Amino acid sequence: MTSDAHTGTGRPADALRGDDETSTAPKKKGGGAVGGVANWMDERTGGAKGIRYLMNKVFPDHWSFMLGEVAMYSLIILLITGTFLTFWYVPSMGETIYHGSYTPLQGQQMSEAYKSTVDISMDVRGGLLIRQIHHWAALLFLVAIMLHMFRVFFTGAFRKPREINWVIGVLLFMLAMVEGFAGYSLPDDLLSGTGIRAAQGFMLSIPVIGSYVAYFVFGGAFPGSEIIPRLFTVHVLLLPAIIMGLFAAHMILLIVHKHTQFPGPGRSDHNVVGFKLMPVYTAKAGGFFFIVFGITALISGLVTINPIWMYGPYEPTMVTAGAQPDWYMGFADGALRLSPGWWEFTLLGHTFSLNVMIGAILLIPVIFTALGVYPFLEAWITGDKREHHLLDRPRNAPTRTAIGMGFIAFYFVLFVASGNDIMAITLHLSINDITHVMQASIFILPPLVFWITKRLCMSLQRSDRDLVLHGKESGRLIRTAEGRFFEAHTPLSEHDRWRLVSYETHRPIAAPTEADSNGVGRRQIAKDKMRARLSHFYFNDRIEAITPAELAAAHHDGQAFESIESAEDGDRLEIDSDEFDHHMHGGAEELSSGHAYSHPQDQEPS
Amino acid sequence: MSSLAAQRRHPASIVLVLLLGLVITGGLYALLAPSSAGAAVGSSSDLKSGKSLFLANCATCHGVNADGRENNPSLVGVGAAAVDFQVSSGRMPLSNPSVQAARNSSNVQFTSTQIKQLAEYVASLGAGPAIPSSKYTSLGGNIAKGGELFRVNCAMCHNFAGSGGALTRGKYAPNLMDVSGKQMYEAMLTGPQSMPVFNDTNLSPQDKKDVIAYLKNVKNEPSQGGHTLGNLGPVTEGMFAWTIGIGLLIGAAVWLGRKAA
Repeated sequence: MTSDAHTGTGRPADALRGDDETSTAPKKKGGGAVGGVANWMDERTGGAKGIRYLMNKVFPDHWSFMLGEVAMYSLIILLITGTFLTFWYVPSMGETIYHGSYTPLQGQQMSEAYKSTVDISMDVRGGLLIRQIHHWAALLFLVAIMLHMFRVFFTGAFRKPREINWVIGVLLFMLAMVEGFAGYSLPDDLLSGTGIRAAQGFMLSIPVIGSYVAYFVFGGAFPGSEIIPRLFTVHVLLLPAIIMGLFAAHMILLIVHKHTQFPGPGRSDHNVVGFKLMPVYTAKAGGFFFIVFGITALISGLVTINPIWMYGPYEPTMVTAGAQPDWYMGFADGALRLSPGWWEFTLLGHTFSLNVMIGAILLIPVIFTALGVYPFLEAWITGDKREHHLLDRPRNAPTRTAIGMGFIAFYFVLFVASGNDIMAITLHLSINDITHVMQASIFILPPLVFWITKRLCMSLQRSDRDLVLHGKESGRLIRTAEGRFFEAHTPLSEHDRWRLVSYETHRPIAAPTEADSNGVGRRQIAKDKMRARLSHFYFNDRIEAITPAELAAAHHDGQAFESIESAEDGDRLEIDSDEFDHHMHGGAEELSSGHAYSHPQDQEPS
Repeated sequence: MSSLAAQRRHPASIVLVLLLGLVITGGLYALLAPSSAGAAVGSSSDLKSGKSLFLANCATCHGVNADGRENNPSLVGVGAAAVDFQVSSGRMPLSNPSVQAARNSSNVQFTSTQIKQLAEYVASLGAGPAIPSSKYTSLGGNIAKGGELFRVNCAMCHNFAGSGGALTRGKYAPNLMDVSGKQMYEAMLTGPQSMPVFNDTNLSPQDKKDVIAYLKNVKNEPSQGGHTLGNLGPVTEGMFAWTIGIGLLIGAAVWLGRKAA
């Protein structure tokens, strides 16, 4: 492609969108019976406009954009199966004797909640399958939320204008965790009873108000008869309502903001390249719902989850080895397991159980606050007030990616620590050694992972840079007339190159001066200094995006080349290849595959 | 009757009443007391073979007189049940001294006759729990009762399904799925290693039989929910969700993402 491509249709990459449907001609009315019904509805509800707007929404294609969809579909599965379970579940701690069909519990005293759960598992037709779908879908729901969150974080999709949607997402994640824990507690089997007992202990560990909180929640001493009915209301009414409300807000904001997209030819902050909801995404997303449901049902049919009939009914005197929460609460359990005992102390005749309180109570709000605040923090540091609809490739934001990975390392250590007893028996290790290694890792691993990730990102950026400037090694050795040898490099196609060069480089802001030019001391100097320090931390080490001039300089072999829109100033440089026919890159040659070699007179080192 | 009533003030009557009381108490005790405390005395040839087996295989650590050496326990008074448990499960002779002798069914060094001879020899050194009668180690206990007893007494270490659990510093409560009823009974009776003793006053022989029945049922009952993932609780479930579960879903997402419109 030559430079005259710019003049006619705009950017050269627009040619790649030549096949796009651009027809805006009004369509004839029709549609037969369906159209008639639709028209009838529209005349009474006025819904057609909105539905057309929705149906014409364009979504970009990438597998990672479907992680949120997995969460959404899991939520729908949870609502459907959960409704089924409420038909038989009895949220009561009233004592009863089991006389159902499961022999190993025959004649046992148990709560009605537990009995009804065993009945669902053993006597209700399809009950066990639905119970297992509900539980597996809950685990997968939270896995999908977390992975979706990773995608949004590492691609910078939380930037303006999506900060509020990020905060809503963080809230949804936290509520889903609490919702999951409430559901885990309902069967009143040995495992969930242990979980509720632990939760009561956590409440008691809160200084001063702990015992009041516990008595308030349990309606008296543990276990009382209130906690299961209360958790039931929270699980089936309160939290689902809040979650659905926030979920609706999440979706509305998604539609208002439009979906983000990865950088690529023809993609900008002002468009969305992809397919319309109708018919492509309706089919894809609809199909994907059934895939998610199908896979969840398959897993639930093949793999046991929470065999409550084996755990047996809960009594406060009992406990089982290997009592863990479901995975999403594991990090708090792990923090509890890693907390040293000397954090508990006595002051003025009162015991402060900070060894329990910090890991089990304090950590959760701290982590979620940090998550919620992050977009605002980053925006403050970069000072970037523009809207972003193009995603960052994770490598192009090395510090953010490294912070994210460091945080994941921190979370991962806590998460793994909650399985220290299972690791001890399956790997034949000492639980004490495992715990000590984890205690050290919680301090060592996050900075290490941060550093490694940042270096990896920058190496990848360098490698991208190298690829853009020098092309791919073709493996074809060329001997010039003078007898010199070099390897011909094949330049990237502009399609491939676009992805690699279209990003912005942030630079650290200068440290503020103590006083302005009139010698007047500045307010907020400490805040500005902090911002400058953070900016330095974020952007001091960086690999600059390739400028059009650099690209032009690299392509000195007489080939026609593209100018690239500079992210810095938007200038379009038209560069005459003849100006750059010297060697800048240590003798490495970039030749298109069509050329055996060119400019043999230039083979002298520069 | 009247003559007996007339004699009740006789000076000897107090002695007679005391004697009668003692005889009844002693008789009842002999009938009802745990019988396992008696040292089983085997035939002299069994004792002799047992002793030679002991000297050849056990004396290095436990001492020639079985009275222990340095860190190794004396076997006087441990009883036949302890010997039978340790040797028939392959724990003894100890092949790998570490924090805990591991069950090793491929390392059982002796035939059942030899184990019996060894047990009789050790039992002859001092009274201890005897090998339980097969009446209590065979199936047929109350599974539901056994389950409750297991959850109250055993699950905190061995896990709700007898899958085992971790103890401090590398010690552990082993998986119980491949343990024979006799060994379960002996373990409860003798409390090997970190395990507490559940003697007949803690758990009656019938209780022990119920616990055995429960564990055998856990092993044999069909898994209603599908694959059990080792019955280890939420950790393995979480691992499954994070690997195979989400892996399948992401695989489907990638496939759909690549699919042309």
